[in-house]
Amino acid sequence: MSAELAPLWLSLRLAFFTTLALLALGTPLAWWLAMTRSRVKPVIEAVTALPLVLPPTVLGFYLLILFSPNSAFGGFFLSLTGQTLTFSFMGLVVASVIYSLPFMVQPLQSAFEGVGRGPLEAAASLGASPLDRFFSVASPLALRGYITGVVLSFAHTLGEFGVVLMVGGNIPGRTKVISIAIYENVETLDYAQAHWLSAILMGFSFAVLLLVFTVNRRFPVKVI
Amino acid sequence: MSVSVDVRLPREGFTLEVAYDFAAQGVTALFGPSGCGKTSLLRVIAGHEPNASGQVKWDGEQWQGNHFLAPHLRRAGYVFQDARLFAHLNVDGNLRFAEKRAGAGDILRQDVIEGLGIGRLLGRSVADLSGGERQRVSIARSLLSQPRLMLMDEPLAALDLRAKAGILPLIQSLPRRFGVPVIYVTHALDEVAQVADHVVTMKAGRVIAQGPVAAILERPDMQGLSGRFEAGSILEGVIASHDVEMHLTQVDVGGLPFEMPYLDAPVGTPLRLRVRARDVTLATKRPEGISTRNILGGTIVRLEPEPSTAFAEVWVDVGPARVQARVTQAAVRDLALAEGSDVFALIKSVSFDRRALPGAKRG
Repeated sequence: MSAELAPLWLSLRLAFFTTLALLALGTPLAWWLAMTRSRVKPVIEAVTALPLVLPPTVLGFYLLILFSPNSAFGGFFLSLTGQTLTFSFMGLVVASVIYSLPFMVQPLQSAFEGVGRGPLEAAASLGASPLDRFFSVASPLALRGYITGVVLSFAHTLGEFGVVLMVGGNIPGRTKVISIAIYENVETLDYAQAHWLSAILMGFSFAVLLLVFTVNRRFPVKVI
Repeated sequence: MSVSVDVRLPREGFTLEVAYDFAAQGVTALFGPSGCGKTSLLRVIAGHEPNASGQVKWDGEQWQGNHFLAPHLRRAGYVFQDARLFAHLNVDGNLRFAEKRAGAGDILRQDVIEGLGIGRLLGRSVADLSGGERQRVSIARSLLSQPRLMLMDEPLAALDLRAKAGILPLIQSLPRRFGVPVIYVTHALDEVAQVADHVVTMKAGRVIAQGPVAAILERPDMQGLSGRFEAGSILEGVIASHDVEMHLTQVDVGGLPFEMPYLDAPVGTPLRLRVRARDVTLATKRPEGISTRNILGGTIVRLEPEPSTAFAEVWVDVGPARVQARVTQAAVRDLALAEGSDVFALIKSVSFDRRALPGAKRG
C-alpha cells in the first residue's frame, strides 16, 4: 500500500469497524424503539437523531472533552487500555459510532416496525422463544433495513470530516482519513493528489449505492 | 381437560370480563358481534395479552395469574384471520418452522399435508397463495407444532364462498382426526352452525349464553346478537346427489330426502342445514298441489306461545331431526295445534338460502 493510498485504507478500516460496532449496538436499540410503549421513547429517539442536525464540530467538541484523560470516561478508558481515546484510531471508531448512529438505527427501527407484532405472535404460538423469534423471523423479514443501515453507516463514516478533525487530528496512518488527506492536499495546493483521492471516494460511493439500489430492485420480495 | 378462564382486560369501549371453563373437546364456537371481545379472549388464552388480570389455567397448569407462562411454552396453536405466514420462507419452510419447535405429539406430517390438501403447494412462495390456500397452510403449520389445543380467530372471514365451503368441514374434523380440541371465534352464524359442537355466546365483553349448538341456535332471544341471527334448527346430512339440470342438490338427513338449491361440493360431503323457524309452515293434512318441495310428517313435541306477541314457537319431531317452526298464535288456535298433534312441516327449498348454508357468503 503506497503512502498516498494509506488514508483510503484507514478510512475503509474505520468504516468497517464502525459499521460492525453499530450493528451490535444499533440492533438492540432499534428493536427496543420499535417495540416499546414506554413514554421515554421520544426522548431516546431525539437523542439518537441528534447527530443528524448537530454540526460535526459541536459533536466533536463534546467528544474531545469526554475523551480527555482528565474526564471520568477518558480516564477510565486510559486505565483500562493504557491508551488515550483522543488522537487514536480507537477514538475515531467511538466517535464515528456516535456520529453515524441514526444512519443505522432509523432504517432498522422502521424495518422492525414494518415487520410488526403479527409474525412474532405467530412464531410464539408455534413455540419460538423471544430470542428465536428475533433471529428466525424478525431479522430475516427486516433484511432490507439491515442492508440500508449497513450501507448508509459505512458510506457516512467514509465521508466523515468534521468530527474526525476535532477528535483525531491529522496523524498519518492513525487518524489521517481520506477526507482529511484531501483537505490537506487542497490546502497545500496539491490538486493532482486531491483529484485522485476525490475521484476514488466518488467512484467507490457511487458503486456501493448503485449496488444497493440494484439489489433492492431486483429482489424486492426476497429481502423484505 | 379444560381451559379455565377468569380474566379481566380493559379494551377500548368495553371491559372483557369472562369466567368460563372451556371443555377441551370438539369444536367450541366463540360467537358474538364484532367488537364484543371474542378475539381478546382468544388472545388472553394464547398468552398474547400479558396485561390481562385474573387466571388462565390448563388442567391445573397455570398459564396466567401469579405466574405468567410465555406464549411459546403454552403449546396452544393459533390460526389468525390474516394467516400470518412467514414471508421469508416458502410453504415447506413455514411447516418446517413449526416442526423444528414442536413439542411431543403424534400428529404426522403426511397426515396433515394430505388432510389439508396442500401437497402441491409445498414448494410455492407464500406470496403466490390464494386466500384459502394461505389458511390451509396456516392450519397445517399450527397442527405441526403439536398443539394441545387450537385457537382459531375468524380464519375464514376473508374467504369467498367456495374456499369457505372447502375448509369448514376440515375444521370440524380437526378434533376427531388429530385429537386437538378447537376454540373457534366467529361472528358468522352459518359458520357456527357448520363447525361447532358447543357454542359460547358473548356480548360487550361478557359471556351471555352457552350450550350445545342445536340448543343455542333454537333460542329466539339470540336475535339481538347479530343482525342476521334468526332462531332455527340444524339438520345434519350428507350430500346425496346433484340435479344439474334443475340446479338442485339432494341432501340425505338421516334417511329423509331434502332438496335445496345447487351447492358446489362433492357428493358425500357432510353438511349441516340450518332451517330458520320462520321458513317452516305447519299443516295438519298432507297438502297437495303445492310448490313446497320438502314436506315432513312429524309430531309436535313442544309448543311455546311467545307472551304478548302474535307468535308461537313449535318444535316438530320429524324422525331423525327436530324442526322448529315459528307460527302465529291464531294459527295454533285455528288448527288446534298442541303437544302430541301430528302435523306436516313444510320447508321451501329456496329457504335454504345462501345465508343458511355452510360457508355461505354473508349478504
